[in-house]
Amino acid sequence: MAATNLLEFDKVSVEFEAGVRVLNEVSFAVPEGQTRIIMGAAGSGKTVLLKTAMGLNRACGGSVRLLGEDITHKPENQLFEIRARVGMLFQDSALFDSMTVAQNVAYPLLNQKSIQIPRDKMEDKVRESLRFVELEQAITKYPSELSGGMRRRAAIARAVVTGPPLLLYDSPTAGLDPITAHTIMALIIKERDMDNTTALVVTHRYQDGNLVANFRYNPDNGTLDPASEKATNTVFMVLREGRLVFEGTQTELEACSDEYVGKFVKKPEMAA
Amino acid sequence: MLASGFVLDFLKGPTLALQDFCLLTGRAMRNVTRQPHYSDDIKLQMDSIGVGSIPIVLLTGFFSGAVMALQMGRALQQYGQTGRTGTVVSIILVRELGPVLTSLMVAGRNASGIASELGSMKVTEQIDAMRALGTDPIQKLVTPRMIATGVMLPCLTVIDDFVGMVGGWIIGKLLYDLDALQYWSQTWHALVWSDVAQGLLKPFVYSFVISLIGCFYGLRASGGTQGVGRATTQAMVAASVTILILNLFMGLIFVKYSGT
Ligand SMILES: Nc1ncnc2c1ncn2[C@@H]1O[C@H](COP(=O)(O)OP(=O)(O)OP(=O)(O)O)[C@@H](O)[C@H]1O
Ligand SMILES: [Mg+2]
Repeated sequence: MAATNLLEFDKVSVEFEAGVRVLNEVSFAVPEGQTRIIMGAAGSGKTVLLKTAMGLNRACGGSVRLLGEDITHKPENQLFEIRARVGMLFQDSALFDSMTVAQNVAYPLLNQKSIQIPRDKMEDKVRESLRFVELEQAITKYPSELSGGMRRRAAIARAVVTGPPLLLYDSPTAGLDPITAHTIMALIIKERDMDNTTALVVTHRYQDGNLVANFRYNPDNGTLDPASEKATNTVFMVLREGRLVFEGTQTELEACSDEYVGKFVKKPEMAA
Repeated sequence: MLASGFVLDFLKGPTLALQDFCLLTGRAMRNVTRQPHYSDDIKLQMDSIGVGSIPIVLLTGFFSGAVMALQMGRALQQYGQTGRTGTVVSIILVRELGPVLTSLMVAGRNASGIASELGSMKVTEQIDAMRALGTDPIQKLVTPRMIATGVMLPCLTVIDDFVGMVGGWIIGKLLYDLDALQYWSQTWHALVWSDVAQGLLKPFVYSFVISLIGCFYGLRASGGTQGVGRATTQAMVAASVTILILNLFMGLIFVKYSGT
């Protein structure tokens, strides 16, 4: 049974200045239910890849299919309806700093035309989403009053509040301490296992990928339990200077002999 | 060959920028008739651009009117025509100084304010987030500012004109002992319809210069806080200079077609 692809890149290239390719003929497909971990050095094009997937950047070559529709040349006003079904966590959270946390989380509910929620249900939805990221107490705060980790969680709440089938997380753990980073990754795993979402997760840290690939959320006691790689359906991808240099499972990644790819892998025996 | 290539390269940047500016203008204008309308944002901007500018407009109006009465009164004294001060003050204020000074003040205050606000949103990815979350930044940010400035700037100009006349009257009274009734009836009778039209049309046109240039530089900001600072200054300078240039051309048009 072939699952449908929620996102497909076909030889996608992106340039900001003529001749400098930030993405260079990148091709891959993300079937429903898969989680894809994207790694690569700073500046290798991870953020650009996610933005291109959303149609926030335009490809100069190749084609991008998002949720079954070719968005490569779609005009901006036709993209909103498709974007409404994709959640995105920006690298620096990108919360609206003139709005409270609650207003931030309510923003997609209020502004996406395809989402019609009665006004009185809105508050419940917002609270539910903030409870999911354990940030209900900060509901009336402004983003500037939150810590980096709390901002990240508020941004996750905003990304998942509409219940999108596809989520794009840009560096959810960058710049956080190990404990908070673990909490955030646990949230991502929880979101995947509770709502069966498909996700792309950009990260620098191998342990994030490891966690996603080998653990499942246990709804009974709220902990992460070990699971087989098959059950979590996780694929790794490594970018180097805009090119896709590796795509495969964790086992394949650990076995990969390429030096650049190897730098992202913390092998179990070395970690010990 | 080489020289022409150089000139072309040199012109490419400004030409592309002008093209982008026209695109932005076109899209912002088109959105006026399109759903959704962010009326809350329009009200908020009217408050911040319009009501917020009142103090500065009162001050500019009063002092520009006063200083004009001072100099005009003295010049007219040589011809024994001090009594005509009201006429001169009124015409110059309504036709030229009111619209230009108000617009320049609001440009200094709001073109830069808009550029820095939108610029910060741009460099912190809030504009991208907005697009990702289903709103068109032009519809949500640019159009409300354009509408709000378009409504408020003519109103502010009227306030400026009036306060300027009051300033002129106080100076006239104190220095040249003008008669109040004479002064006010002169200011009123000096004006013909084309003056009023010119005095309201000018700020209406400049309001687009202010809001759109502010938004344009803000949305183009890149490179962190420094980029925002640069966008802010550029917006203010560009808006002010454009207003001054346009003012001459609009003045020429009115002189040519109204015959006065
Ligand atoms: N808007 C833009 N204009 C011009 N160049 C850009 C733009 N956005 C990204 N780039 C360039 O694209 C390249 C890839 O950037 P990108 O942000 O995707 O890196 P990244 O892999 O996300 O890095 P990091 O891990 O540091 O977030 C960089 O060289 C960057 O300079
Ligand atoms: Mg990045």
